[in-house]
Amino acid sequence: MSGPPSSAPRKPGLALWLPLALFAAFLALVVWGLLRPDNREVASTFIGKPIPAFDLPPASADRPGLTRAQFVGGKPRLLNIFASWCGPCAVEAPQLAQLAAAGAEIDGVAIRDRKDDLARFLAANGNPFARIGQDDLSKVQIGIGSSGVPETFVVDARGVIRYQHIGAIMPDDVPMILGKLKEAGQ
Amino acid sequence: MIAELGLAILWMAAALAVLQLVAGALALRPQGAGMVGVVRPVAVAQGVLVALSFAALITLFVTTDLSVKLVAENSHSAKPLIFKIAGTWGNHEGSMLLWVTIMSLAGGFVALVERRLPEKTLIATLAAQAFVSLGFYAFLLLASNPFARLPQPAPEGAGLNPLLQDIGLAFHPPTLYVGYVGLSIAFSFAVGALITRDVGPAFARAMRPWVLGAWIFLTVGITAGSYWAYYTLGWGGWWFWDPVENASLMPWLAATALLHSVSVLAARNALRAWTVMLGVIAFSMSMVGTFLVRSGILTSVHAFAVDPARGSFILALLAIYIGGALLLFALRAGTVTEGARFAFVSREAALVFNNVMLCGILGIVLVGTLYPLLTEAFGVKVSVGPPYFNPVSAIFAFPMLVVMAVGPLLRWKDDRGGRVAPVLAVPALLAVAVAGAAFASGVNTLPALGLGLGAGLALASLLPLRGRNLRRTPLPVWGMVVSHLGLAVAAMGMASESAFSIEKLAALTPGETRQVGPYALTLDRIDPVAGPNWTALQATVSARYAGGDAVVLTPQARVFANPPGTRTESALKTRWNGQLYVVLGEEGDDGRWQMRFWWKPFVPLIWLGGLLVGLGGLLALVGRVARDVKRLVAIDKITFRRERQGR
Repeated sequence: MSGPPSSAPRKPGLALWLPLALFAAFLALVVWGLLRPDNREVASTFIGKPIPAFDLPPASADRPGLTRAQFVGGKPRLLNIFASWCGPCAVEAPQLAQLAAAGAEIDGVAIRDRKDDLARFLAANGNPFARIGQDDLSKVQIGIGSSGVPETFVVDARGVIRYQHIGAIMPDDVPMILGKLKEAGQ
Repeated sequence: MIAELGLAILWMAAALAVLQLVAGALALRPQGAGMVGVVRPVAVAQGVLVALSFAALITLFVTTDLSVKLVAENSHSAKPLIFKIAGTWGNHEGSMLLWVTIMSLAGGFVALVERRLPEKTLIATLAAQAFVSLGFYAFLLLASNPFARLPQPAPEGAGLNPLLQDIGLAFHPPTLYVGYVGLSIAFSFAVGALITRDVGPAFARAMRPWVLGAWIFLTVGITAGSYWAYYTLGWGGWWFWDPVENASLMPWLAATALLHSVSVLAARNALRAWTVMLGVIAFSMSMVGTFLVRSGILTSVHAFAVDPARGSFILALLAIYIGGALLLFALRAGTVTEGARFAFVSREAALVFNNVMLCGILGIVLVGTLYPLLTEAFGVKVSVGPPYFNPVSAIFAFPMLVVMAVGPLLRWKDDRGGRVAPVLAVPALLAVAVAGAAFASGVNTLPALGLGLGAGLALASLLPLRGRNLRRTPLPVWGMVVSHLGLAVAAMGMASESAFSIEKLAALTPGETRQVGPYALTLDRIDPVAGPNWTALQATVSARYAGGDAVVLTPQARVFANPPGTRTESALKTRWNGQLYVVLGEEGDDGRWQMRFWWKPFVPLIWLGGLLVGLGGLLALVGRVARDVKRLVAIDKITFRRERQGR
């Protein structure tokens, strides 16, 4: 521009270009964001990490409680976060039964639940669980990076999280979950 | 017919905006004197036309004209009238028309009343305003026509999202919009001043009422939005650092900084380039926020009609306007001379410090909002929430609260710290005592500091009135005191909410009682109830505070038919020392009802404080405008007398 640098500005310009540079970086980022393939799947940052140490008391009279040690050795297992007060958990019950029938070993963590409510839930929806731990303070839930119920984790024989499924398992998801379990066993 | 008329008027208004831009550009040339008289009337006419077009859209919504696509998709004949009207801006197209309407009305108003600025700067400002409006006209007319018809009129409308059918929300978006778009005037003033290289006290005084006005609307809008989220979402929280909330907070932070630097420029002719910069940033943040929310680039719980094609359009507008203004800034700001100097301990320095802190908070909110996108660019998906925002913004907010207590007591230009230290000893002691007591009783660090600083600042904010004759204290000083007090009050409310809230989840059968904090709560019964366009289950809960008389609360779980949806209607009981919050959940298989209770000591202070901040702004605005009007009248009298004498 033709502006005469009349009264000799002491700090000539580079700093003045900074806002424009920052804005250009912002533009580049959001253009990339608009063009990226639409993929809303949230990948857990806990994948590849071992499950934390915990020791939960049994939540149900006929199943033992749950500790971290039980995940180490043996074969890959499913860890299902659920609760009797959760509607979608009842929706996914048939799929869990299907998974159990297909040979998956499933452990449950009951979140903020009560024994009699839980017994009623299991009586109504079936009990595919080998063990059920009672998590009254959502400690385990938070510890493995689950933000809601239901969620299902594939945990391999070394106790490492291999996959996190957020929300109810729908009938279409069953083969995929079985695949993840098989993958975890290799 | 009304739809076609509205659209035609909108096209005419757009044409006037083109004229306003071209005539303005011509008038700025040395030989362009002939065009000078054109710009103001055109700006006024453009404002009037857009307002008519918006009125046409409101009419279509009020009469529920189902042959109009927008009405059919967003309204319903059985909706209460107030929500039919609110439906006008409760959707993408209507809200963009509201955006353009406010922008053009503001431009027209500036054209009508502004007399202090040099004519050239004003014309450059109006041309800039028309240029920005044109982008949004193009967006409306080419990509989001609100008046489009359906090939076949719909038999019935699709209705309005149940969450939005709330009286608070009917007026929350337009309030925020006035704030966002009001900042466009500050933006255009800044661009106009850069074009004519005319940045000084006159420019600051012309810009100040606009910044103040927009800032008041933003403050009230954000406060109302926070309260709305608090009582309708039924989560018991009042701020979620959601992208949509951040989108409203960022312009507010920039406008707050601008408001203060404009005062320095008006009073002391300092901080010239910085003020211009903030003028550009404030409206840029409005546009960036709108873009982030509308484009679907960030996922938010406020699911607005998201459309990537529209996102690209707004992005192009952002690139042109913000990029253009920042380029102009880079080229011209070096030639805007620096202005008056000031010492390290002075009121200017305190204001600069707080400006930097505000921009720091703005930066961390922006980075936090964009961070998920940024990490995704490098292949990691994360979400960012309160664990980042709360402590990191506190790093900037706490020093700011301290300087807010000191700054207003300092003199302009140069001062000694020792002069104000004795006065500030009492608030400082209070702050330390409150924070210490809170800390000792097991409150976490951040809330304890918040309580202490809030209490100290509340006291210190009153000190500028010390030794003044209260009746003769100018309104802007009252405004500052009230606003600062409001912020202190809000800070205490926030800290108290996070330190002392009690939450209880319970499954109750009618007749059962639970103790929550000082309240004994009994679930009396559950009844079905019906409203104009919803049905609900309503719990009747008797609440006894410390064994006193029962107060009846009736939280509801509402079911809406058009469109189908549910909404919790929480029940609140406010006392001077806190608020009881009751939410009705679902029925279990065993006939128990899930209920959620919160006792939140002093939580209403958050919104009371927000309103005080806004009230302070209003006092300052009234004071400034009254002074301006008085001066204008005096000038008119002199001109009138001169004319008479000349005759």
